[in-house]
Amino acid sequence: MDIRLENFTKRFGPTTVIEDLNLTIQDGEMLALLGPSGCGKSTTLFAICGIHRMDGGRLYFGEQAVTDTSSQNRKVGVVFQSYALYPHMTVAENIGFPLRIRGDESASRRRAVEEMAELVQISPYLKRRPAELSGGQQQRVALARALIRRPGVLLLDEPLANLDAKLRLEMRAEIRRIQRETGITAVLVTHDQVEAMSMSDRIAIMEEGKIVQIAEPMEMYNKPTSDFVAGFLGNPPISFLDGSIEQGAFVHKESGLRIPSNGAPDQPNARVGIRPEHVQANAELPIEGEITFFEAHGRETLYELKLKGGGNLRSIQASIPDKQIGDHVSWGIDPGSVLLFSEDGARL
Amino acid sequence: MSQQGTISRNFNPWPMMILLGVLTGPLAFMYVFLFVDTVTNTDAGSLVPSEFTLEHWGFLIEDVEGRPNIWAVTLNTVIFACSHTAVVLSISMTAGYALSRLNVPFRAFFLAGVMILHAFPTVTLLIAIFLVLQFLGLYNTLGGVILVKAALLLPFGIWIMKGFYDTVPWEIEMAGMQDGASRFTVWRLLVLPQVMPAVFALGLFAFLDGWSEYILPQVLAPGQEVQVLSVYLANLIADDNNFNMNLFKSVGVFYVLPVLVLFVFFQKRLLSMYGGGTKG
Repeated sequence: MDIRLENFTKRFGPTTVIEDLNLTIQDGEMLALLGPSGCGKSTTLFAICGIHRMDGGRLYFGEQAVTDTSSQNRKVGVVFQSYALYPHMTVAENIGFPLRIRGDESASRRRAVEEMAELVQISPYLKRRPAELSGGQQQRVALARALIRRPGVLLLDEPLANLDAKLRLEMRAEIRRIQRETGITAVLVTHDQVEAMSMSDRIAIMEEGKIVQIAEPMEMYNKPTSDFVAGFLGNPPISFLDGSIEQGAFVHKESGLRIPSNGAPDQPNARVGIRPEHVQANAELPIEGEITFFEAHGRETLYELKLKGGGNLRSIQASIPDKQIGDHVSWGIDPGSVLLFSEDGARL
Repeated sequence: MSQQGTISRNFNPWPMMILLGVLTGPLAFMYVFLFVDTVTNTDAGSLVPSEFTLEHWGFLIEDVEGRPNIWAVTLNTVIFACSHTAVVLSISMTAGYALSRLNVPFRAFFLAGVMILHAFPTVTLLIAIFLVLQFLGLYNTLGGVILVKAALLLPFGIWIMKGFYDTVPWEIEMAGMQDGASRFTVWRLLVLPQVMPAVFALGLFAFLDGWSEYILPQVLAPGQEVQVLSVYLANLIADDNNFNMNLFKSVGVFYVLPVLVLFVFFQKRLLSMYGGGTKG
């Protein structure tokens, strides 16, 4: 079932949070709503499940208009950030609750619960209460409860925010597996770009109530439409240098570094974005600088580089022995991979 | 102490123990002799109990002259305390939820009103209530005094329940509605179980409060048919002509016994009311 939001508008009191937002989520796809906090991504999610009333616009599940349908009747599975498990019920009762409300017989309910527990791999814990489970197990229970009615739509609100780093990695893959196995249309709200990139088919990146770009993760990473998108995706983040484009080359204001502009028109103010993996010791276009900071990540090291004359770049590469803070280095950048932006942030 | 593996205290408990002992000693002494006097004929001022007798407990079998039957009075008291509890609980449970969660009109007004009524002294309303009950024909009925008593405890009950409802996460209700449950079902199956300790404590509190209420039944329902234990007890001692101290004490012990039993069994739950309702 696909989801279509048309001209969605939401106000809280006098403030308009979202205005005329259009979004289509395709059948069976996992779409990530990504953005900094306060960008309206959770508001959009709550409008889809019916917790927030829409102040304008229309919502369709498939061909069916559900704008005025109550949350009870939308048949949407939701996993909340806090999981919102019912603390006085056992795991089995939690998972079976939607069926109990629907009035299913207890025998068929039990069968369905066992089946669902199998899918999310919590079968041994059915008799426990939520408080006796670890965060990851609670997460699985919440998923099972959201999925047991076989809804057409699954909504995940920051599902991994409350987990520790190792569990997060594990649940990322788990949620994706379960979503693929059930073929459900899913919307994931997150502020973590790694989560969005690794879990979803497409990412919709939001800024101040608007969708800035919607694309597949790698496409968005390689071809961001604006410097906001480029800055949001990627960890460690991209570095920007300000300057101008003159005679077919970007010229950095402070260091005078020249990078070929690949046909972008000349303009007095422009930015270049260079991802850390494109600054390497032996890359094509030479740069001179001084190491101001470095972080060992194990397999590789993140260096912060101050260009001669000014401007900072990040570089991530295999660790180079004996490099200290303050050392001068002559490294290079890959001129084919840099991203050029105009003064207003649009990519050139 | 520390040799036995327990944590050694960082203060000496003895001065406190002695101070508390000195302060509670007279009270304990009073309670002991309250009981001793009901089963003996000890002279006033004497510390040594005389013979053992059950004559002062005769009121349980035979009606005291000019007084209603003790069991009828006890039944009235039980009805009074239980109905009071039921009214307070059912209204506090629902009104507290509405004030905590629903978008009711004049919510701020109701909240402020509840707070003010909570602090309002009952006695000042007594004459007005008397007139109202008289007008409605509820004077000298148990129903009338139950309504009044419950109404006066409601601000407290609603406030306590609201405080507990406030601590239940919103997400639980959202999740319940996504799971297809109506608002009422969400309240009944998901929210109410979270505040059960408060419901229990409030119920116990309301029962004890009703059991010990004196001034309202005395003024609003003094008739023999609807008398409760507190009024019965007060009438015993108000009779100047032939008052019997030992009988008075026996009825007093009889009256306080259920309270003690309840308190011994449920004191933990009663205290939890003040633990969770702090947000209120």
